[in-house]
Amino acid sequence: MDVQLSVNQDQHPITVDTRETLLDTLREQLDLTGAKKGCDHGQCGACTVLVDGRRVKSCLALTVTMDDREITTVEGLADGDTPHPLQAGFIEHDAFQCGYCTPGQLCSSVGMLAEFAAGWPSVVTPDVSAAPHLDEGEIRERMSGNLCRCGAYVNIVAAIGQAGR
Amino acid sequence: MRPFAYERATDVRSAVATLSERPDAVYLGGGTNLVDLMRLGVVSPEMLVDVTRVVDATIEESAGGGLLIGAGVRNGDLTADPLVRGRYPVLAQAVLSGASGQIRNMATVGGNLLQRTRCSYFQDTSKPCNKRRPGSGCPAREGDHRNLAILGHSSSCVATHPSDMAVALAALGAVVHVEGRHGPRTVPMPGLHRLPGDEPDRDTVLEPGDLITAVELPELPFATRSRYRKVRDRASFAFAVVSVAAALDVADGVVRDCRIALGGVAPVPWRAELAESALRGAAATAAEFGRAADIELAQARPLRDNGFKVPLARNVLVGVLTDLAEAR
Repeated sequence: MDVQLSVNQDQHPITVDTRETLLDTLREQLDLTGAKKGCDHGQCGACTVLVDGRRVKSCLALTVTMDDREITTVEGLADGDTPHPLQAGFIEHDAFQCGYCTPGQLCSSVGMLAEFAAGWPSVVTPDVSAAPHLDEGEIRERMSGNLCRCGAYVNIVAAIGQAGR
Repeated sequence: MRPFAYERATDVRSAVATLSERPDAVYLGGGTNLVDLMRLGVVSPEMLVDVTRVVDATIEESAGGGLLIGAGVRNGDLTADPLVRGRYPVLAQAVLSGASGQIRNMATVGGNLLQRTRCSYFQDTSKPCNKRRPGSGCPAREGDHRNLAILGHSSSCVATHPSDMAVALAALGAVVHVEGRHGPRTVPMPGLHRLPGDEPDRDTVLEPGDLITAVELPELPFATRSRYRKVRDRASFAFAVVSVAAALDVADGVVRDCRIALGGVAPVPWRAELAESALRGAAATAAEFGRAADIELAQARPLRDNGFKVPLARNVLVGVLTDLAEAR
């Protein structure tokens, strides 16, 4: 099928098999290899990208459904040569070891901070009807869809906490 | 994954017409469960009809004083909605306790209700499973069933329903709006999901072509004091071992009314009607809450390795009701 894919504000008219996931299209057709294939079942978060500003798992999204959506990958977070504040924060806090989960952690945390700024609660928010307060427990709960097998969580939480303040 | 055709529905009626004629076609919502099941080979539809752009995705106040939630509303948007959070906190908490932020941004309300069990035998095509392949057998009865059903199961299936949202909807007495071959109708909750009996491949009472278009919450003023508590094997991003959705109306230390449903314990979101009956008019005390839980759980038929769920469900239920009683 023919799909008009908009990725990091570049237009890509492409032809895809209906079975192709957004993750495979990004990596195999568009050479955007930032998003990683970890579990391919929506459990690890390494494939996280932003669709219309919302964080999603690109391994569970069929590319044919993505017509006229705006997709942002980790390659699109920086402003030219200036890293996104979360990218700078991850470096400052040494928030990774092997780096495989990092693109997913970054896209997920960008989306998560936008959800937080919009007042979205989480399951650890004491009063679900009130505005949440971004503490460590909130960050850990909201980032539970991103696994890090190196166990860099302590520094990931610190980097996100700094960017969220 | 087997090849399939993809069609983007242009309106609800034509989507229903397409599926009514093609038993090999399925609706595509957020795809978070369906795409995974297709990759695992558990399901192999020949056609996907994408309904995400035609099913309503708004939340509005209903004529009856409740809320009408479009089936296309993403789970994330549902949990962010001020009316849901303020009037039905149990529903916001239930949805927030499921999956992860990314998956909630993709998953729809309609799709959440129709997700399939996470029983490991159902998801493993090398194993028999009566739900996946009717008549092939149920290895779970004698196998790995630690996290499977203690209530409502049958000799052919002991799977649990995985949805947290559905447990809250069953407690609240939601009404599911369905568009079918013969027009629109409504299905009450509980009542959408069916016990396995000897047909465990049929999860719900829906017929071929049926499309969930909305979920209506009834007016229930005392649901402002409601909550969802979920026990799981890790702190986040795991399915329920046991969960409780409850709303409690207490005046002068007496239970005037209540709504209770259990999750993670049955093939359906389990409305605890016996416990509710036992509590109406009873003192709002831990002892009475325990007595009601015992009445409900007397029906339990635990399997070899999941008997722990009976006292666990009792404890969580007593804990939630006690918290709600003290919250006023």
